[in-house]
Amino acid sequence: MTPASNPNPSTWDPLNRRPVDRQPGDHHRARGQDPATTRSVLDRADVGRALTRIAHEILERNKGPADLLLLGIPSRGVPLARRLAARIADVESAVPVGALDVTMYRDDLRLRPARPLEPTDIPAGGIDDQVVVLVDDVLYSGRTIRAALDAIGDLGRPRAVQLAVLVDRGHRELPIRADFVGKNLPTSQLEIVRVHLDEVDGDDAVLIESPAVASGAGGRSERDTR
Amino acid sequence: MKRHLLSAADLDRDDALLVLDTAEEMRQLADRPIKKLPALRGRTVVNLFFEDSTRTRISFEAAAKRLSADVINFSAKGSSVSKGESLKDTALTLEAMGADGVVIRHSGSGAPHRLANSGWIRGCVINAGDGTHEHPTQALLDAFTMRRHLGELDGRRVTIVGDVLHSRVARSNVLLLATLGAQVTLVAPPTLLPVGVETWPCETSYELDGPLPKSDAVMMLRVQQERMNAAFFPTQREYSRRYGLDARRMGTLPGHAIVMHPGPMNRGMEISATVADSARSVIVEQVANGVSVRMAVLYLLLGGSEPALSAIGEPAVATASAPESVPA
Repeated sequence: MTPASNPNPSTWDPLNRRPVDRQPGDHHRARGQDPATTRSVLDRADVGRALTRIAHEILERNKGPADLLLLGIPSRGVPLARRLAARIADVESAVPVGALDVTMYRDDLRLRPARPLEPTDIPAGGIDDQVVVLVDDVLYSGRTIRAALDAIGDLGRPRAVQLAVLVDRGHRELPIRADFVGKNLPTSQLEIVRVHLDEVDGDDAVLIESPAVASGAGGRSERDTR
Repeated sequence: MKRHLLSAADLDRDDALLVLDTAEEMRQLADRPIKKLPALRGRTVVNLFFEDSTRTRISFEAAAKRLSADVINFSAKGSSVSKGESLKDTALTLEAMGADGVVIRHSGSGAPHRLANSGWIRGCVINAGDGTHEHPTQALLDAFTMRRHLGELDGRRVTIVGDVLHSRVARSNVLLLATLGAQVTLVAPPTLLPVGVETWPCETSYELDGPLPKSDAVMMLRVQQERMNAAFFPTQREYSRRYGLDARRMGTLPGHAIVMHPGPMNRGMEISATVADSARSVIVEQVANGVSVRMAVLYLLLGGSEPALSAIGEPAVATASAPESVPA
């Protein structure tokens, strides 16, 4: 539903508050919407520093890169996982990195038209007895991560699963927390957090879009995710 | 609105590529310890087979089960159909059981179309072969197999040889491969080419040795004795000599070319045992790919609140109802 089609936020069906991320094109569809005001929260240098810190924290927590495996959640978690892996390789040694599509494990699969799948790429050694670090761009409701945990359960039995996110914007709907956070970002649920990455969007930034009239006319965008 | 997969022509290029890309993801499942995805949990898929089939029924059953759907198998033998129950009453029974998807194979061309557009059932209908008409999931798995070996199919040359007249596989393949940009040549004796084949988006030839050296893929069709009620060729031996693929003919293919057969094969008739078991033969792989492709179709039709395949179903309705201006 477009923002304009729902003038009164107080009457929204709770179903519509479900995460609706990872729709190809969503990210761009709402871009440049005129009623929203956009402010930048992290710029290129900030994103780089946050990732460097997370890479070190992952190594610190796990006492080195042994048995580590990074799994990015498409679409933007995958380039983030690759960048983290590159930083870990710079500091210590290379770790396997892959992608994990969770589309078919989502709890809102039935609520929307069938969606195309994103690539899943599990490193050759599998995930059994590894420490899997899930990587995503924004942590919001926690439903994506729940889906990812279910997907991991079908792939094997890791020794531990950890979660690294670039942005934690709060508003959890499930008992899930991140182990490594680039930036805690207190937001209103009316706001939209957008992560831009070079590999997908051609620039590195974290943006917050606020509806022009906070209490009504602008409404929530469809992609108010996680 | 519910949609169906009745004909390979229902798929436009984007839809066809979406199915093939989705199948590529589904294929990874075969290498995993737990070959199961939760996408269709709680959905019911009915395999409605009025005609004998081994690989298609098993393939659809495996595909639906790997997506966690409940599967009900129905074959005409041993059912009330042998007592004279009509397609309509069978369909109403299925509807009462709450079928979300119906996979139908029927000896009558157009039976899936009737089922989809009659209003008897609300579920998605997937054509698993109707008479001598169409077999769209076979065409999709053939295209999927070709794409894995040859890359994108634009400009690729595919030669389909044999009993085109009785082959729903050939018709669906011609339509889908044309959509995907491949050039198809049908090779058959004049008696085994259907009337109106000149309107199909393909070339035809009465002899096999010409097209072979230019072919990227050769698909041998089974000679369908059970549908032949007349003498279409003098002897099996003559057919085999002129249109069978043997080791000598296989030698004239380009180095990268693959040999396909939708099965079941008549070894020694349209394809020699040497060819069927050679390194170029991808016949066993076709069967494995069938499960992935059918998983993709089931997921895209039944996985969400509505199907992801945009064009499916509607054009067929439009053409079928065209003569409505003619007074009855």
